[in-house]
Amino acid sequence: MNKSRPKHLDLRKIKLPISGYVSILHRISGALLFLSLPVLLLLLDQSLRSIETYTNLTEHLAHPVLKLALFGLMWAFLHHFCAGLRYLAIDLHLLPNLAAARASSKWVMAVSLTLTVVLGVKLW
Amino acid sequence: MVNRIVTGAHYGLRDWLAQRVTAAVMAVYVVVVAGYLLMQPSFGYDTWLELFSGNITRTFSLLFLLSLFYHAWIGVRDIVMDYVKPAGIRLLIHVLVILVLVLYTIWSVQILWGI
Repeated sequence: MNKSRPKHLDLRKIKLPISGYVSILHRISGALLFLSLPVLLLLLDQSLRSIETYTNLTEHLAHPVLKLALFGLMWAFLHHFCAGLRYLAIDLHLLPNLAAARASSKWVMAVSLTLTVVLGVKLW
Repeated sequence: MVNRIVTGAHYGLRDWLAQRVTAAVMAVYVVVVAGYLLMQPSFGYDTWLELFSGNITRTFSLLFLLSLFYHAWIGVRDIVMDYVKPAGIRLLIHVLVILVLVLYTIWSVQILWGI
């Protein structure tokens, strides 16, 4: 093997097609969702335990920093959800060519970001 | 015939399939629950509690969470295999992730049936 082959690992110089961004964001959002699992389970627990813990929780979540964190997680979920549906469609051979794959990536970005904004407006 | 050395025969395909099956289960659950909540005239503790007080919703919520934990295991394992090369550290992270996910499973049962 030619050991001196060039390696383009300078992340600032790498230009990804839109599907590449959907892919890496799918991974990042998945990791974020995994790391926030204990917090999300705690939220579920507190929201169901009693009316007092529920009210307490809604008061805590009114804090701007927590709202922003929740907003970020909503984006992570929506992106992971939409990009995941796209992968299922690819596995079912529903996106047969490059043009369809690119167009679907744009849809994933558009739908997930729009839903994030809509939920964000509801949150604030 | 190609004589390949295969490490851990078959688990790749099984996990690939499991990742997609669990994804489909979660997608259906999310759409149904989101649709139900959107149809409610108002939202409060009562609506929320009522949703999770039936045995059917509890069962499917647990199915959703189990799918989530299995799905998360495959995803995290793939990420760790891509970025963590030293075998010892990789093994340690894998063990920790499995333990944490088993604990989440126990916690989920306690949350859903402890209301």
